[in-house]
Amino acid sequence: MAVSIENVSKTFRLPHQQYSTLKERALHPFRSTTYDELHAVKDVSLEIAEGEFFGIVGRNGSGKSTLLKCIAGIYRVETGRISIAGRLSPFIELGVGFNPDLNARDNVVINAIMLGLSRKQAMQRFEHVVAFAELEGFMDLRLKNYSSGMLVRLAFATAIQVDAEILLIDEVLAVGDAAFQQKCFEEFFRLKREGRTIVFVSHDMFSVERFCDRAMLMEHGVVTQIGEPRVIGRAYHELNFGQLAHEAPAESGPASGTTIAEAWFEKADGERVTSASQEDELTMCFEAHLGEDLHDPVFAVTLRTELGHTIVVARSDQHGHSSGSFKTGENVVARFAIPNWLTASRYMLTPSLAREGTGDAALALVTDMASIVIHGSATGGILELPIDVSVERL
Amino acid sequence: MSTIPDIGLPAPAPASAPQRSPASHRVYGPSALGGGLHRFWSLTFMLARTEFKLRFFGSILGYVWTLMRPLLQFGVMLFVFTVILNINKGNKTPHYAEYLLESIILFTYFQEATAGAVPSLVARENLLRRVRFPRLVVPLSVALFCLFNLGMNLIVVFIFILGSGVSPQLGWLELIPLVAVLIVFSTGVGMLLSALYVRFRDVQPIWEVFLQLMYYGSPILYTVQTAANHHFLNIPFSRILVLNPLGAIITQARKALLDPSAPSAARALGGDVRLLIPLGIVGGLFALGLWYFNHEAPLISEKL
Repeated sequence: MAVSIENVSKTFRLPHQQYSTLKERALHPFRSTTYDELHAVKDVSLEIAEGEFFGIVGRNGSGKSTLLKCIAGIYRVETGRISIAGRLSPFIELGVGFNPDLNARDNVVINAIMLGLSRKQAMQRFEHVVAFAELEGFMDLRLKNYSSGMLVRLAFATAIQVDAEILLIDEVLAVGDAAFQQKCFEEFFRLKREGRTIVFVSHDMFSVERFCDRAMLMEHGVVTQIGEPRVIGRAYHELNFGQLAHEAPAESGPASGTTIAEAWFEKADGERVTSASQEDELTMCFEAHLGEDLHDPVFAVTLRTELGHTIVVARSDQHGHSSGSFKTGENVVARFAIPNWLTASRYMLTPSLAREGTGDAALALVTDMASIVIHGSATGGILELPIDVSVERL
Repeated sequence: MSTIPDIGLPAPAPASAPQRSPASHRVYGPSALGGGLHRFWSLTFMLARTEFKLRFFGSILGYVWTLMRPLLQFGVMLFVFTVILNINKGNKTPHYAEYLLESIILFTYFQEATAGAVPSLVARENLLRRVRFPRLVVPLSVALFCLFNLGMNLIVVFIFILGSGVSPQLGWLELIPLVAVLIVFSTGVGMLLSALYVRFRDVQPIWEVFLQLMYYGSPILYTVQTAANHHFLNIPFSRILVLNPLGAIITQARKALLDPSAPSAARALGGDVRLLIPLGIVGGLFALGLWYFNHEAPLISEKL
């Protein structure tokens, strides 16, 4: 077995205070710091054979990336045991350590050294990387002047130089435009032919079904299913059906003090509405009362149909945005504006609020707190997108 | 093999059976060291080199600015102490200006290496959370980067010394072991503080104040002889100053570089055996730093 995982669990402690100081320690030496426990991975056992291409799928906060980091040796495993046969790639994401102020040449060498190559090897393979990334002539350009497409091509071209027998990959398999993606796929088939073991975490069912020999579905840190990628892909889609942005806090748990006071819809001019036509821009809003100090909490809304189909999930941490720091007792309003392309029907709004980095567990969540009726056309689809129709006689 | 790609590629051959099964080993998680000496060194050198490049190749004046800080400090102190306060009345301390410059440069190394190490782990969060590598690389790369700076600053020091009429001599080589002790001292403190900072964020301001204390509490602006007439609990102040490893290094460097008749660190302490005290502090802090860093290393990536 290339990777064998026996009863591995990983728990994070999330202190209620953001940072502790020596001053506090000196003034209150016996006060214990309070914290929440986040059980990110619970009792996972798994064996991955040599030469296998293994996919791990699951929703945000299901523990899949944490498990990958445990395998990679980035997080310490407290309970259980992970054994590896063969050399393991030291990193799990593309372009780690890229520095925008240095040119591509330096960055490739830095990245390759992090991958475990020596400086000499990095220099030798440099031409190879450049040719693969198709970036000849851009090597002396600083990375901050690169387009995002060029950046990922460079990162990918460097990453495949790794000499490891076991590769761990988080999210990105194929990058760039269609032609470059094709090259990435070919590269993966080459690695596969060479008998390397690849463990791959993704949201993208298409790549999982296309590449993986086996796949595994995780939910709440637990393995729910291991099997054929196609079967796992279907299970994943079913899991996502009707899902909210967060999960309601447990009834039995301690009250957090954080509550959601109200939720409503408004038009672009700020007028609150309970019905709207498709031309208006629609803003989903809610007001929360904070029961504790929060740094960068995740505000989210889920818009569902009356039947419980999820149409829109909007989160304040999308695209790496941060929401800011808030103090106990503050009232905060979160607004999410969307173009109103919903089909004529009735929709329910579920606001939720969670601590930063706690996965899907909400501090406060009220199911279907507000509703709105959209009137206008209904073509039968769930969205009424602006469509340019053209019919031409040839 | 469940899926064959439909992109016109030859179907992948079944994974070739491995010729030999490599011995399996257990994954424990991140550590301070580990991963091989070669990788450790190439990572440390790479990080230090990158810092160096960013600092000096970004602008032509990069080096000038780095040198400017100790030089400006030197200029101000020289003016205040020799012109306004006239501390060196009757030229009691030969080569006072060169002494001042040399000790400021040595102290600057200690200051930059330790103050730079404090936030180093937190600043490298991006790497620590995504790559497996020996954690000790991070604070050590700071010490190495500062060593590059020290090397360049020492060139200026030697130009000043030669310009003041001191001729080159074999005794100058003594600077090498002295700088080595300085590196060990700074690295030990750096390891300790960088790991502490992950837990306690007020380490940074506390250490800045402490560095100020060290600056005036070490024989930089004055020599051990200046302090010899003052006593604390009947011990001459000069002895207390040399108990501080920085004081011992600077005092010894003065004798080696500038004035062979100046007291050595051992003489200032009143006996060779007593040198074991500052050396013991250096060794003890290094051991403590290494132990604490090693103890904290597995959890650093989670606590950031």
